[in-house]
Order: sequence, then structure tokens, then C-alpha cells
Amino acid sequence: MVVEKVREILEKTGRLSTPVADLQNDSDLYNAGLTSLATVGLMLALEDEFDIEIPDNLLGRKTFASIQSILDVVAQLKK
Amino acid sequence: MSHDHLELAEKYQKELVAAGLLIQTDVAGVYGRSGVFEQVLEAFDHFVSKQGQAYAPEVMRFSPVLARANYLKTTHIESFPDLIGSIHSFYGKEKEHLEMLRKVQELEAWTDDLGPTELMMTPAICYPLYPTAKNTILKEDGRLVDLMGFAFRHEPSVDPARMQTFRMHEFVRMGTAEQALGHRDFWLKKGEEIYQSLGINAKPALANDPFFGRGGRAMVVSQREQELKYELVVPIASEEKPTAIASSNYHLDHFSQPFNIKLQNGETAHTACFGFGLERSTLAMFKTFGFDVKTWPTETKKLLEI
Repeated sequence: MVVEKVREILEKTGRLSTPVADLQNDSDLYNAGLTSLATVGLMLALEDEFDIEIPDNLLGRKTFASIQSILDVVAQLKK
Repeated sequence: MSHDHLELAEKYQKELVAAGLLIQTDVAGVYGRSGVFEQVLEAFDHFVSKQGQAYAPEVMRFSPVLARANYLKTTHIESFPDLIGSIHSFYGKEKEHLEMLRKVQELEAWTDDLGPTELMMTPAICYPLYPTAKNTILKEDGRLVDLMGFAFRHEPSVDPARMQTFRMHEFVRMGTAEQALGHRDFWLKKGEEIYQSLGINAKPALANDPFFGRGGRAMVVSQREQELKYELVVPIASEEKPTAIASSNYHLDHFSQPFNIKLQNGETAHTACFGFGLERSTLAMFKTFGFDVKTWPTETKKLLEI
């Protein structure tokens, strides 16, 4: 399941102050402690795991705002 | 940077060296400055100081170094590993010394015998400030600090505006988010006025730092999206690629969080800085008015007292 993989990557790279298990798919990741620096590791891990390249126009804060928004971008790029 | 820009930059560098304003060393991006260059730079620095005096800043001057431990509390190593300047020295005894000398003679990797000191070169002149404010609670009106000094960035270039060691004059604000943002906006406008009054047509532009690597793209997007960095730009080497001669950065709690700088209400403070690049501002004046200071506009000379 993609969602489980994304949650696992987020747990490893997100450096969140809230455990990923306590987050809903639509919870705000920035409120959960995601920093722009941590999104670098998150982005690279997502690209490696799903064999995608996230283009610059999708590297904005919106993409990493929630687990759901990450899933949407991964789904869009996996097509 | 485009090939054309680099060619133009190198051409301008040669002109500056030929005119004796910059003195070439054996390392790209490291120069001596002539008396005339320095006179203009100091006059500009003094002019900037005077503009700041009205706001009664605390004036501080630091050496261009930073405690390694404090450096590591910032995220510089994550964002700009290629720009690092780390200071090393020799810790061995006589025997190790002889071995190192042998390596030097035989052109072997003698620097492997050095160990890190407690110091890093400071990548921006406000870095040494924040550790001195660690574990403090700011007064209600926060703090305003006037800084000047050398910074180091490992980025060898033929572009005379991209030096590895250069001076900045900064005004740093520590306070609430509103105070930090207000400072940024105020000085961006004030900085533009300062340059315009001298006849330098510097204009504000949204900007980003050169974050390292593939992952750095996400940092660039985030920094631009949040409008954290603005520069005042003016053509130096080429019209197409104007050079930043001053920059403003809103750091959010990037520095106050690791150094635990707090507000009265217990929240973490925010910081912002506005920095005038002194060599670049000087170069901008030589570019705009020519190499002979005597022929510069009367108003400019009057304001700079040169």
C-alpha cells in the first residue's frame, strides 16, 4: 500500500514532533513539526521509493502539507 | 551562471585588476584591495552606519570565525556543505611533525595529519551574534544590532563580485514575528533609498539562497514561496544578470530556536537581517561612475564625504 510506504518514509525523514501514527491523512504536517529542511529528505526518499522525479512546480509547501497531498502527487507522477 | 555572464565577469575582473583597484592573488575570488577601493568601501560603510544610527542599534564587531559547536546548531551544514570553511591545525608531537613534513616534501596528502580546531569561518556575519544571545528573554521592543565584518564562502569564481572573503554591514533584528518582518520591509526600502541617493539604481527582487544538491530545489521553492529572501540588485558584470549588492533575510525562528532566544510571553523569537555587501556595493559604484573617483557625481562624493 502506497499510504503505508508514505507513512513509513515520513516517520524516517520527517523529523516530526507528532508520531506519524497519531496523524490523519489530512492532518497538517507543518503543524506536526515538518520543516522545509526536513522536506528535502522526505522529497529525496519519496523519489527513490517510488522511482519518480518531483518537478520544481510540485515542490511547493502544498505538496508536503499532508499525507493525502503527498499521496496525490505520488499518484499523479506514477501515472 | 551562464557562460556569457562568466566571460563578461572575467573581462570586468581584468579591468579592475588592470586599473589597480583589485590586486589579484593566486586564488580565484580572493583579492587585495587598493587604497582607492578601500577608501570608497570605508566611506560607504560609514554612510550606512550613519543611516542606522537614528535607530540606536547596539554596535558589535565579531572576528570572522564561529565556534564549531555553535555552527553545528545551525542548518548551514545541511544546506550549504559546499560553501563550508572549516579551520584545522596540527595537534601531533615531533614525530608526527616530521612525518607531516615528509608528506609535504613528497607531495602527499599532508592535510590528513591536521585536526579540526574549535573554529569555523563564519558564512555570514550575523552567525556569531545569535550564540551570544542564547537562553535570553528579549525585552518587549526586541533588539537591533549593527554588525560589520568579513564572511567566508568557499565559492571560487572569476566574477569579481563573487569573492570568497568579503565584508558585510548588517542590521539584525531579534523580536516578534511582526518586528522581524517590519525590520525586513523597512530596511529593504531604506536600502533602496540609500543606493538611489548615491546614484546607484538598485532594485528589489525576490531571491533564494544556493541550497545544495538535488534536494536543495525543495528549499529554494519553499524559501521563495514564503518570500523569505529579497535582494537589491544592480548590473555589475552584465546587464542581463544583475548582481545582488544587499540582501534581506527573514529567518523565522531558524536561529532563535537552536539558541533558545525567547519573547516575554515565552514564545520563541523571530529574527531578520538586512546586509549591505560592502565589496559589491563598492564595485557597483565603480561600475556606475567609472574607475576615476574624481569624476564621480558631486552629490555622491558629498554624501560619501570623499
